[in-house]
Amino acid sequence: MENILTVTNLSKKYGSLLAVKNLSFTIEKGNVYGILGPNGSGKSTTLGIVLNVVNKTKGEFSWFNGTTSTHEALKKVGAIIERPNFYPYMTALQNLKLVCKIKDVPENKIEEKLELVGLLDRKHSKFRTYSLGMKQRLAIASALLNDPEILILDEPTNGLDPQGIHQIREIIKKIAAQGTTILLASHLLDEVEKVCSHVVILRKGEKLYSGSVDGMLASHGFFELKSKEPEKLIQILENHSSVGEVKLVNGLITAFLKEELSAEFLNKLIFDKGITLSHLVKRKESLEEQFLTLTKNQSN
Amino acid sequence: MIRLLQIEFIKLWNNRASKVLILSYFFLLTSIALIAAIKFDIGPIKFHLADIGIFNFPYIWHFNTFITGFFKLFLAIVIVSMMANEFSNKTIKQNLIDGLSKKEFVLSKFLTVLSFAIISTIFVFSVSLILGLAYSNYNEFSIIFSDLIFVLAFFVKLVGFFSFCLFLGILIKRSAFALGFLILWQIIEGIFRGLIRWKLFDAETTEIVMGFFPLQSMFNLIKEPFTRLDAVQTVANQVGEKLTVNYHTHWYEILIVLAWTAIFIYSSYILLKKRDL
Repeated sequence: MENILTVTNLSKKYGSLLAVKNLSFTIEKGNVYGILGPNGSGKSTTLGIVLNVVNKTKGEFSWFNGTTSTHEALKKVGAIIERPNFYPYMTALQNLKLVCKIKDVPENKIEEKLELVGLLDRKHSKFRTYSLGMKQRLAIASALLNDPEILILDEPTNGLDPQGIHQIREIIKKIAAQGTTILLASHLLDEVEKVCSHVVILRKGEKLYSGSVDGMLASHGFFELKSKEPEKLIQILENHSSVGEVKLVNGLITAFLKEELSAEFLNKLIFDKGITLSHLVKRKESLEEQFLTLTKNQSN
Repeated sequence: MIRLLQIEFIKLWNNRASKVLILSYFFLLTSIALIAAIKFDIGPIKFHLADIGIFNFPYIWHFNTFITGFFKLFLAIVIVSMMANEFSNKTIKQNLIDGLSKKEFVLSKFLTVLSFAIISTIFVFSVSLILGLAYSNYNEFSIIFSDLIFVLAFFVKLVGFFSFCLFLGILIKRSAFALGFLILWQIIEGIFRGLIRWKLFDAETTEIVMGFFPLQSMFNLIKEPFTRLDAVQTVANQVGEKLTVNYHTHWYEILIVLAWTAIFIYSSYILLKKRDL
């Protein structure tokens, strides 16, 4: 697999505060990555370092296996960090032309990218007249001008209204579908869950986990069941060797699995014992639940 | 290099305030020609500025470069704000993320400053040449092209001063404060002059020491031209005063300003490199 970004033992100190601690991870081509972590966990600092705007204290990072200098590599990267930064007195078109000059790419992609983010009809408006959602979409268009190898987005939906959030997510999905590698930093877990295949989880500058979303917890998921005879059902479940903890909340029984167990098999088993189910769902923990479990475990 | 200049050009030319200031600056440079039109004709008193010899070659090189030197303050505002705005709009961050290196960033600003200085010098040279050809009493080729060191000094002076402005823009990051600091610095140099004169050296040594300060060294490049005028000299002679000032620009004065330019540009780069944006 081709490596796009390799980070090794990276640390950053702001005075006495250690914002990033000995962080290592690798971004491979073709995957969609999420960097997760609560506010102040070092997400933006890490991205700032690899994007050449924050100086590292220790450690290394290399783009594209270290074949080019950082600023040359950044021409092949599209990135938006925090708020969209453009020249307020220039129109969208003028701003994008400037970005083309900096990235050393031809200007013929401008219209196409503005179309993609739905700003083509406002291209002659000055940047300062844009709403926050439009600014954010312009930033995405700008990041895509060079058809980047990797798109880095830091909190892209921060501060947007629900409609704006939806638009940005649709755009991200569209881009991910084209096979572009994406690195998405967010503290909004459902956002990451919807698009990412891999995650890096940070807390207080330290890496808690990096790898595929599925492998985050060695969990086999859980069943949600309902029946008219809950006590009997609970007894059956508790006696089964594959089932661990069983909980009853508001008439809904939740049974956590210790090992793989198919829904068909469980359904038949319960039916054979003379109980009919009115509700049976097999689920995996959501990213949020997994994340909270992981961060809780680590803090103990 | 062309790419870096184009980048700055897009940023500057689309900003209405910068555009107006740049245009008015070059208009003012040209307007020095209007001095030629100053003519008082009140009965017996006839005064025509062009007649007292300010447009004579080679004096005109000295006079025009000295006077137009003051207009550089217009461009100082443009330069300080073009630097400071990058910080207040956070566009410097976006520029770097888009793939401009910190070195290229400083270089693009310096090249712009250099272009300003080159264009100003060409302007002043052309205007002076035309004015001189129209009004000068001496039109021999060798006289016309003597004392051109003043034109070179003008160029070096602008480059040095604009580099100082760039450095202040990066150091202070706010255009109003940076311009304020520029004025403050002028006052600080004045205070230093007073202190050195008072506690350390005699007048002559003080001048030499002050020649190493940035703003004073830039001012020293083109000395005031008024006492050099024939008319003024005559008056001075009549009252028994002998004015002997060395008007020429010395090589070491140019060297000092070039050294300051290098210091300012390099420090700008170091400052930017060290800083977390």
